[in-house]
Amino acid sequence: MRSAVWVRAQVEAALWPGVPSPFARREARVPEMVPTGLAAVDALTGGLPRSSLTEISGPPSSGRTTLELALLASLTAKGEACALIDAEGALDPASALAAGVALERLLWVRCAGLEQALRAADLLLGAGGLGAVVLDLADIPARRARRVPLSYWFRFRRAVENTPTVLMLIDEEACAQSAASLVLRLELEDIHWSAAGIRNSPFESRKSVPHAQLLEGLRWRAQVVRNRNARPELLRMND
Amino acid sequence: MKFACLYLADFPVQAVVRGEPELHGRAVAVVEPEPPPCRVFALNEAARTAGAETGMSRVEVALLQEVEVRRRSPAAEVSAHAALLDLARSFSPRFEDAAADTVVLDLRGLKTLLGSAAKVADGLAARARELGIDANLAFAPNPDAARLAARGFAGITLIGEDEEADRLGGLPVEVLDLSLEMQETLARWGIHTFRALAALPAAELSERLGQEGVRLQTLARGGALRALVPAEEPLHFEEAMDLEYPVAEIEPLAFILGRLLNQLCVRLTARGRATQELRLALALEGGHEDRIRNPEIRSQKLETNPKSNPESRTLRLPVPTRDSKLLLKLWLFDLEARPPSAPVLKVAITAEPARPRVAQGDLFLPRAPDPQKLGLSLARLKGVVGEGKTGSPELLDTNRPDAFRMQSFAEVGNTAFESRKSKAASRNSKFGRPETGSHDFRSAICDLRTSKLTLRLFRPPLAARVEVRDGRLVRLESRHLRGRVVWASGPWHTSGDWWTGRQWDCEEWDVEVSVVSGQWSVVSGSRSILGIESRKSRVKRIHLYRIYRDLRDGLWFVSGLYD
Repeated sequence: MRSAVWVRAQVEAALWPGVPSPFARREARVPEMVPTGLAAVDALTGGLPRSSLTEISGPPSSGRTTLELALLASLTAKGEACALIDAEGALDPASALAAGVALERLLWVRCAGLEQALRAADLLLGAGGLGAVVLDLADIPARRARRVPLSYWFRFRRAVENTPTVLMLIDEEACAQSAASLVLRLELEDIHWSAAGIRNSPFESRKSVPHAQLLEGLRWRAQVVRNRNARPELLRMND
Repeated sequence: MKFACLYLADFPVQAVVRGEPELHGRAVAVVEPEPPPCRVFALNEAARTAGAETGMSRVEVALLQEVEVRRRSPAAEVSAHAALLDLARSFSPRFEDAAADTVVLDLRGLKTLLGSAAKVADGLAARARELGIDANLAFAPNPDAARLAARGFAGITLIGEDEEADRLGGLPVEVLDLSLEMQETLARWGIHTFRALAALPAAELSERLGQEGVRLQTLARGGALRALVPAEEPLHFEEAMDLEYPVAEIEPLAFILGRLLNQLCVRLTARGRATQELRLALALEGGHEDRIRNPEIRSQKLETNPKSNPESRTLRLPVPTRDSKLLLKLWLFDLEARPPSAPVLKVAITAEPARPRVAQGDLFLPRAPDPQKLGLSLARLKGVVGEGKTGSPELLDTNRPDAFRMQSFAEVGNTAFESRKSKAASRNSKFGRPETGSHDFRSAICDLRTSKLTLRLFRPPLAARVEVRDGRLVRLESRHLRGRVVWASGPWHTSGDWWTGRQWDCEEWDVEVSVVSGQWSVVSGSRSILGIESRKSRVKRIHLYRIYRDLRDGLWFVSGLYD
């Protein structure tokens, strides 16, 4: 039986000189974390990592856009330029401004579908120098998003690997798999109505007059599906 | 040396060769543009050696195999003249625009700055090569001696103090631009050189030829003294080219654009300028600039202003640059996105001069994309997503829903001042304070719904059917959603713009809808050959929408989703 040393020598010889030391230990780099400004999310994840792909998935009304705009607000407030690649052009600039996004530092790319969005992401990641690139596929049906070859996500991750860019992917169901360093799953828990307080059941009977109520906010839950820098936890938070 | 002169021999030929560098060193004859008859107008020394002569017909000169025949290009001559002036301006602020092919520089007082005459000569020659022109250079103690030496001697000529008469003596009298009558008179007298003319007695010459004769003799002696007429060259950068044949494809057009941009950038460099805005004008076959059908207008200037010429286009850059390769790429993206509707006959590019960008590095500035790379990426993005689909959103000063416009994503993070300004702006928006003089956001900020919640908009709004029972919303149906209304808040009446044609009048509702949808989920532990198996299950979810009823026609729409 061949010894491990012999096998190692063979592998090293085969890979020489392209890979000088294939078995050398490489120190894992700890990415710089960017706080989102949402205290609960920052407490859960420590912020969102630069030089990595972060995937935020969840159904409609689960708080994905709130988290997206929180990140953009956090970075643009520091003077960094950010890009939002909007697959269906769904951004509401008034909401973005209310969330604290410095609109003059936001490059908004209004695409007409998934293909355009992927091409735009390719181009912008190649340009470099952006604080964050958010690829918003929230309005793309999950079945279509899952058909995007995995090579795309790995290429995108590779493009930001040695840059200080936060790459965020927003979708309905997670599709980047192991290419993402951090995967958060969001779910809607409750909706705050001013007249009824927090309602837990959608089947509760209505007692108040509609125009006497105000929609005050959403309560959603974030779950860490994958985090290469921390162990999974569950969080409940208020928006 | 007090004065220098740059002279472009065979100027029409040089203007054409400047646009087609591959003709450099070859025999070239330039013919008149308008037939008939197409006669040789100008030719270079190599063409003369090959047997071509001025006045030959195009057919005759075409029989000479080694001679390249080109049509005269007034646009190229204008560009070559402008390049000559830029060359002069880059060495001395005082120069005289003596003729289209001649410029005289006053170098007095510049020795400390520029060095010796030999050094200046080397610099001028090198810069001339960059500009694609082959100039004769002459240095002399007075402007006219320099001009005559440049016209008479090829290459670089240095004439010292009191050497004028001796050095110019061998030149033929034709260099003096004599009238035909004067030329015949001197020939009859046997006067063929400057030296012979200078040796004539002044009084007798004056009796026979008048003041003109005395002036010519003074010039021939190299002793003319006059003040230079300084030229005020405006900062105008334009390069144009008349094409021999219509160009229908982008690739050959790219070569032409590349040459023009190269020349333009060298000229900008010579004047210490860059550009932030370029205009490209194309004369198309069959268009209003069609020179084949209207030969008279070929000498007219091609208008680069988009208001005057529909075939002109403008390129604006985030920062000033003079990188010709970058500019060429940007123009190619533009041309690929909006190709010319017909073959191109003439091209003109105008650059608006701007001071070059000088960026001082700062440790505390936020990171920002490289402006040139960003400009390139934005141009490519335009090609992918279309015009007007990229940029920074800017809210409009109105209460109309979804009122914004896209502005260009200009220079970001280049100066500390801008960074501070941006920080202040973002801080203001965060705390609900609008920027001074920008927009009134108070209505949006005071609105509890928009300040607390984030909306995703459907563009255009989704047409919907809403079931109303006893004044309450019961059910919502649209193309992509269908569900029971669990909770509703409204109506919130908004209206406006009744004084314009874009009136809106609607009642808005926030509705909580219980939606039953199919969801694909992975079947754990089982794998097929094609991949992971999945199955669809029905899931009940709560969605939160903003809907509205248009009070003008009573139709319902879903405007957005709270997310």
